[in-house]
Amino acid sequence: MKRLKKNKVKIRFPSSTDNLEMIRDFVRKLSLKAGFEEEAADHIALAVDEACTNVIKHAHKYNARRMIDLNVQYTAEKFEVTITDKGKGFDPARMPKPDLDKYMHEARKGGLGIHLMRTLMDEVNYTFNPGVKNQVVLVKYLKPGIA
Amino acid sequence: MSGFEVRRHDNGDVSILHLKGFLDAHTAPQFEHALQELVSENRVKIVVSMSDLDYISSAGLGVFMGFIEEIREKDGDIKLSSMSEKVFKVFDLLGFPSLYEIFDDESAALAKFNETN
Repeated sequence: MKRLKKNKVKIRFPSSTDNLEMIRDFVRKLSLKAGFEEEAADHIALAVDEACTNVIKHAHKYNARRMIDLNVQYTAEKFEVTITDKGKGFDPARMPKPDLDKYMHEARKGGLGIHLMRTLMDEVNYTFNPGVKNQVVLVKYLKPGIA
Repeated sequence: MSGFEVRRHDNGDVSILHLKGFLDAHTAPQFEHALQELVSENRVKIVVSMSDLDYISSAGLGVFMGFIEEIREKDGDIKLSSMSEKVFKVFDLLGFPSLYEIFDDESAALAKFNETN
């Protein structure tokens, strides 16, 4: 089997919404470099924004002294972003698809991002070990159907 | 750095909020504040014009969800206009077009309010 060249990039940033714009730019540019079209690159950047926003809000409770690690690795076929934190974990995998009508009645604002991540990416996987290491791995394939 | 701006323009009993830039979890409170201000003034006929909005995440969409019921209970509405294809896609993925009226341009949204006056 031909060995695929793997590109890896890592950044660590303070857990603050102030950094979301920078993170989106970073991920978007890497997605384009990996070979995605503009639209797919936008979708990856949005999914990563949603994942980081969840960490900032729920795991770190807006404590900007906490850090988030972002690892991106990609081959000619697969683009994978791993977001790691050491905060209080929550399990978005258990959250059902949001019922917008119910949201409207309850004036709820959260939970929409998880649905977006699932829709925009090919795979969204979570591992939780609260206070030690929580990870969300977002995957998008460059050639649909290759898993 | 804040790549987001909300401008308000009142037209009769309709208020238009022009959004510009990037609406994410960092900037959503600015938008929330603008809507809150309108509601507290009892100005509940609102057009949100997005011709200059480059980006929206669920934090931005959540702001709409947080206000819409209260506004409709007061016989008002939030109508959306002039969104780019990219921004529309995000609204569409979450099923917003079934909950909100979306218009190609601001004047069509205004006209809709005026015809129901």
